[in-house]
Parts: sequence; C-alpha cells; structure tokens
Amino acid sequence: MPSPLLEVRHLRVEFPTRRGTLLALDDVSFDIAPGEILGVVGESGAGKSLTGAAIIGLLEPPGRVAGGEIRLAGERIDNLPPDAMRKIRGRRIGAIFQDPLTSLNPLYTVGRQLTETIQVHLGVDAAEARRRAIALLQETGIPAAEQRIDQYPHQFSGGMRQRVVIALALAAQPELIVADEPTTALDVSIQAQIIALLKKLTKEHGASVMLVTHDMGVIAEACDRVAVMYAGRVVEIGPVAEVIHHPAHPYTAGLMGSIPSMAVERERLMQIDGAMPRLTAIPTGCAFNPRCPRVFERCRTERPDLMAAGATRAACWLQAADAVKVPA
Amino acid sequence: MNPLVEVKGLAKTFDVSAPWLNRVIERQPRKFVHAVDGVSFAIARGQTLALVGESGCGKSTVARLLVGLYGPTRGSVEFDGRDTAQTLASPDARALRKRMQMIFQDPYASLNPRWKVRDIVGEPLREHGLAMTEDALEAKVADLLRSVGMGAADMEKFPHQFSGGQRQRISIARALATEPEFLICDEPTSALDVSVQAQVLNIMKDLQRQRGLTYLFISHNLAVVRHVADQVGVMYLGRLVELADRRTLFAAPRHPYTRMLLDAIPDIAMTGRQRTPVQGEVPNPLQPPTGCAFHPRCPHANARCSAERPELVDFQGIRIACHAVTEGRL
Repeated sequence: MPSPLLEVRHLRVEFPTRRGTLLALDDVSFDIAPGEILGVVGESGAGKSLTGAAIIGLLEPPGRVAGGEIRLAGERIDNLPPDAMRKIRGRRIGAIFQDPLTSLNPLYTVGRQLTETIQVHLGVDAAEARRRAIALLQETGIPAAEQRIDQYPHQFSGGMRQRVVIALALAAQPELIVADEPTTALDVSIQAQIIALLKKLTKEHGASVMLVTHDMGVIAEACDRVAVMYAGRVVEIGPVAEVIHHPAHPYTAGLMGSIPSMAVERERLMQIDGAMPRLTAIPTGCAFNPRCPRVFERCRTERPDLMAAGATRAACWLQAADAVKVPA
Repeated sequence: MNPLVEVKGLAKTFDVSAPWLNRVIERQPRKFVHAVDGVSFAIARGQTLALVGESGCGKSTVARLLVGLYGPTRGSVEFDGRDTAQTLASPDARALRKRMQMIFQDPYASLNPRWKVRDIVGEPLREHGLAMTEDALEAKVADLLRSVGMGAADMEKFPHQFSGGQRQRISIARALATEPEFLICDEPTSALDVSVQAQVLNIMKDLQRQRGLTYLFISHNLAVVRHVADQVGVMYLGRLVELADRRTLFAAPRHPYTRMLLDAIPDIAMTGRQRTPVQGEVPNPLQPPTGCAFHPRCPHANARCSAERPELVDFQGIRIACHAVTEGRL
C-alpha cells in the first residue's frame, strides 16, 4: 500500500465557551491514499464539515485544534503559522463549498479569479494563466469558455457556477481537494453532472478528494471508501460497498435503513428513535448508546475505539473479540 | 367515487416586470412568469398524490394555490365538489379552512419562536372554537402531541428546545388540530436529516391510515415520493409532463424527463455505477422554449416537439404530455 497522502491522527477540535469547553471532534483518525475519494457522511452536527475545515485550516474562531496531528504527504500542517498555511491552501489543498455563490467574488470576472489563482500559485505569466484558465473551464464542461471567461459569477447558473468553483479548486493542481457538500444546493439532474465531473477530473489530475456530504446516494456513487461520523467521532470506516451493504455499526445500519431507496420498496422505513446528542450532553461510553437497539452494559461505561469488523472498522463493542454480548 | 380534490387547468402568472420608471426609460416590456401553466389532476379520498420536479417547476405554487394562499390566474380548484376560490370568498371560508391544512418545509421558520407549544398547537383550536375551556384545550393539545409521538409535557416548552424533526412533528400536530381531511405538505422532510426524515415519514403514513387523510405531497426527492405516494405527477416548467400511479411510473417511466430524473438520482443500491449524466439545465422560466419546454434537453426531440406544445393526454393508462410517446416513437 502506498503511503497515505493525508493522515489525520487523533484529531481533537474544541470550542471554548463561557460555560466550558465543548469538544466538537474527539479523537478522529483516518487516511486518504493518493488518488482516492474518501466520503465523510453523517447527520447535521456530526462534525463532518468541521473535520474538513480543520484540514484546510479554516476553523471558525474560537474553534481550535486541541490535539492530534494532520499530515499532508508526511508533513504536519495542523500547527503551521497562518502565512505558511495560506500557501498550502489553494496550492496543495483545494476547496469546494456548498454554495458556489459565496466561494466566488461577485465583483471580479470568473477569468480574473482563475488567472489570479494560477499566477499566484504556479508563477506563470498572464497570457499562459489565461490559456490555462480557458482550458480548465473547457474541461469542466462550460460551453463557449473563451467568451464566458470574461463574465461575472451572476451571469452563470447554479450548476455552471459550481463548475467554475471546481475549475478554481483544480487551478493550482492540488494534491487534495476538500469538497464540502458540493452538490447539496443543486437540483438532481445537475447534481449527477457535477458528481461525474468531480470524479473524472480528480482522476485525470490525480488528486485525492475528501467528499463531505449528508447524502448517502452521492457517497455510493462517487467514493472509494467512506467514514461515517456521529457526535464528533468516526464510528465506522471502510470500502463504500461494504459499509452500505454490510454495516457493522448499529448506527450505520440504522442510517442505511432509514434512507428511502429507489431500488427496494418498503412499507415502513427503519427509524432510529431520538436525535443526535448536543455537544453539551454527549453520553458517557459510546455516544450512540441511548439510541442503540443492541446496547449492553459495556457501551454505557467504556468508549469504544475503531476495531476490525469484517471488511470495515467500527467503533462498537459488539465487534470486540472479548465482548460479552449480553443485552442489558 | 368523486375525488376529494379536483384541479382543472390551474394557472398562476406572476408579474415580474421592472418598476414603471425603468420600463419607460429602458423601453422594457412587462414581464410575466407562468409559474403554473395549466395543471389538472384529481386526488381521491385517502390517497396521496406527489408532485415532483426540480426548483422552479411550479410545484410549491400549486400547493399554495390549493390552500388559497394565492388566487389562480386561470382554472379552478374544487374541494369536495365546490370551487375553493368562491368558497373562500363566502361565509363558508372558515369551515373550508378547517378541512384543509398545510405543512411547510422549514420547521424553524414556521413555528413562532416566542410561543409555547401549547399555544402553537392550540391556536387553530381556539380560532375555530374547538376547545371551549382551557382544560379542554390542554387535553386536546396533549392528545395531538401524543399522536405525533411526543409527550404532553412538551406543551410548556418553546420551539428552540426541540430538534428539527421534533419541530416538524409539532407542525404536523398543529395541522391536525382542526381534524382536517386534506393535508398539503410542501417538502415536509427536505430540511431534516435522513434518520429524522424516516421518523416523520413513518408518522405521516400512520396518521393517514388511522384518520383516512388525503395528502398532496410536494417533493424534489423521488426516493421519498416513491415511499409515500399513490399517484405521482412530474412537473417541468409549470406543467405536468407525466401523471401515473406510483408502481407504473417507477417501473416504466415514459416521459424522457421522468426517465432522466430517475436516472440522475444517486442511490445507495448503485455503488460505483457508470452512466452518462444528462446534459443541460432547466431553462429560464422567463423565456421558456417554444413547443415542448423540455425539447432542448431531450434526446428524442424532433421538429414537432420544438414547434407544437404537447398536451397532457390519456395514453395507455397514464397521462402524459409527449409527442414522441404518443406518436409511438418512444
């Protein structure tokens, strides 16, 4: 196995507040191999976007990395000064966000934003940067790129804007792209085009992708591996097909059962009762234990770490070799 | 049996013209958006009709026309055999409003943050004189909350103390307060996480079975629609392009747009599938294409499709608006 491009080890992110410190990410670890697309899925508040923000060094204050390490191609990037991090962001790590309008500057033409990025990061002259910008826009499927490069973001439709954002993320030929809900704001027919585009381009450019989304369908379609997050922790990680079809963690199983599928018709959807705990009231032991249908004594007292579970790894005591599985 | 709700040639046009001075100086004509352009369907008692389509197709406008939040530009909505626009202008309006209720998409915006749940759910009871004393009101609110899987103690709380799914259940309890026969649900689960969405969808199905409710269910999510609907109507740029019962529509979609939508959805059962995504985007509703609105994106379009607009016709057990299908080309 090649050495991973991105290594996240025991990452902790906390938010100091007047009423005490909230632990938003607790001991998150995963790798992304070169050229791999890793999906990060979870419900609102699970910490998936925060993980992405921590990697690109854009945590909103007062949020801060309180522990652990993030390594890009072996170098630590979590403790870099802001200037050094700014050079990595854009050059070595590209970012795509949910709303394409907020990631583009409305006052500059699309071309200016692209050529500026290319010039700053790759040090080529203006003419060459423009040539590359047009090529990128063509690659992302924007028709009449030579004319549209001189237009402003508001002259593009939602789907076209997201293509521009993808072009912008790829502009400096980054090794890693962090895409946070890149298709959530788009209609389904556009969403399919954008996912296909993201897959194709990252493959051609050899970039790895961390794809953060709440949509399991998008994960199924686009990713190689998936990490399922719950209450600030990774509860299961493994190859996409395994996690979807043979989930080891009861939360993953519940999540899969609750998704209405086009392929199977069911009278009732499986439901997980209750809701994800707030950060102020994370249960002791396994955070999922109050909602878990297979909870037993150990779950309430001791926190499980990721352990081998078939073809995936799950943070669940049911997978422990020495577990005494007596329902409490 | 007569349908509970019958919609005939319903249309709504919005004036989106620039202000008068701009029109005069810049010599611009008035501009109109045909948000809903001649939609007809019927919903039988106890059934669910789902309307699906992408943003801007007019599905939410249809919902608002049905409850009377908008008045129709053309066409009519009949509820239990009577025209709703006329009824809402008559002294019987109150009685009609009691019989149909709406559930909105955003449970954060649709509940008053300064009101306790007892007042939110109790308001329709007070308004329609359904609970004469405070004790009776309290008992009814408690019943309603229990029917959506919440507790009587939740009455004394404010909306911010609940999660999105619980808030949506409070909206459902409020909608049920007047014991309506017809519920219009505009994207009721789009703002919710999947595990919570499952809770809300299951409750809606249970309530329909227990109370014989009729639903109009608006959604952009075909998988959700497949789970809840009896009949499915697919909308594109203000018009219905296909209307069929759920099994037929999902097993054998006929309209090229329906096929495209079904093919476009990422589904967990299809890991790593290869496909050719559809081209193009929804056109600007201010300048809709001539003929069939879908023809610029349609792989089966010919000269007739770009010139003549297909009407929604009965064809082999479904209703469809497509020249290619009715000519037997597809």
